[in-house]
Amino acid sequence: FTYYSGFHSKPRARAAPPAGDSVLFEDTSSAAPAMNSQGYYTSGYNMGGPSNDMQGGGGMNNLFADPMANAAMMYGSSLANQGKDMVNKEISRFMTVNKLKYFFAVDTRYVLKKLMILMFPYTHQDWEVRYHRDTPLTPRQDVNASDLYIPTMAFITYILLAGMALGIQKRFSPEVLGLCASTALVWVIIEVLVMLLSLYLLTVHTDLSTFDLIAYSGYKYVGMIFTVLCGLLFGSDGYFVAFAWSSFALMFFIVRSLKMKILPSLSSDSMGMGSNAKPQLRLYITVASALFQPIIIYWLTSHLVR
Amino acid sequence: MAFTLYSLIQAAILCINAVAVLHEERFLSKIGWGVDQSVGGFGDEPGIKVQLMNLIRSVRTVMRGGKFKFTGKHKDRNEN
Repeated sequence: FTYYSGFHSKPRARAAPPAGDSVLFEDTSSAAPAMNSQGYYTSGYNMGGPSNDMQGGGGMNNLFADPMANAAMMYGSSLANQGKDMVNKEISRFMTVNKLKYFFAVDTRYVLKKLMILMFPYTHQDWEVRYHRDTPLTPRQDVNASDLYIPTMAFITYILLAGMALGIQKRFSPEVLGLCASTALVWVIIEVLVMLLSLYLLTVHTDLSTFDLIAYSGYKYVGMIFTVLCGLLFGSDGYFVAFAWSSFALMFFIVRSLKMKILPSLSSDSMGMGSNAKPQLRLYITVASALFQPIIIYWLTSHLVR
Repeated sequence: MAFTLYSLIQAAILCINAVAVLHEERFLSKIGWGVDQSVGGFGDEPGIKVQLMNLIRSVRTVMRGGKFKFTGKHKDRNEN
C-alpha cells in the first residue's frame, strides 16, 4: 500500500506549480524513465486534447500568457534534467571527472613555460615531478606535471592549420578536414594502446595513467604546428629544418620525462632481483616511443607541405 | 594512409577476434603457450611470456562469455 501511494505522489510533486496541468504530466512522468519516445507521443496527443478547454481557463496561469508555452517549458526542463542525470551516470562509469579536472588545472605561466620546454628542452634542469603527500601536484604548481590542456588545444589548432594549408594549395574540401582530424586521432589512440600494452607486458609498476599517456602523445602536436607553420612560411627547406628541430626537441623531452617515470620504478618489494633484461627492455620502450614521434610527425605533416 | 575511426574499430575487432579463436588444446599447448604451463615463476617478476599468455587467456575468457554452449558442442564432437 505504501508503494502504491508513493507511485502516485511522484507525478503530483513534479506537476505541483501549474495547478491546472496535472492531467498532462501524469502521463509523461510515469512513462518517461522507461520509454521516452512513447511518452512523448502520448503527451503530444494529450496536449492536443486539453488545449481546447484550456483557452478559457488560461487566465489563472500568470507565468506565461500562453499556457501551452508554460506547459512545454516545464516538460522540456524535466526532460533535460533526466537527460543530464543519465549522461552523468554513464560518464562516471568510465572516468572520474575529478581526475580529469586535475589535468586541466593550468594557468598562463605554466602553459608558456611548458611550450618553451617542448621546443627547447635542453636547458631544463629538474625533471622530477613533485609530490605533495602522495598525490602529484597540479600543473599550476609544478611545471613537470603533465596536462591535457596543451594537447587538446594543439590538436584543434593542428586541424585548423591543416585546413588552412590545404586551402592555400587549393586542395580543400570539408571532408578532408574531417578525414585529417580522424586520422590524427586514430594515430594517438594507436600510440596510447601500444604504450599501454607494452607497459602491461613488461609489468612496469608506474603511476602513468591513461591520461598521462594521452598527454605525452598529444605533446607532439605542438611540434607539428611549428613544423607546418615553418613549412608554409619558408617553403620546403624551412619545413625540413623545423622538422629536424622539433623532432630532436620532442625526442629529448620524451626520453627525459619517461625516464623519470618508467626506469627507476623498481618498486621496493623487488629486492633488486630484476633480471638483466628488465632495465634494457624499459629503456627500449622509452627509446622506441621517442623514435616513433618523428615518424608520425613526418607522416601527418608531409602531405600538407608539398 | 587516411584512417577513419571506423577502420580503427574494424581493426580492433579483427585483432580481438584473432586472439579469441586461438584454440587451447590444438594450438597453444603445442607451442608451449597453454595455460597449464604458466605456473612457473613465483615472485613478482612474471616475465613477458607469462604476461602474454595471461593476456591471451583473459581475452579469450571475456570474449567467450556468451558462447559457452557453442564451444561445448565443438568439444564433444572432437573428443571421439
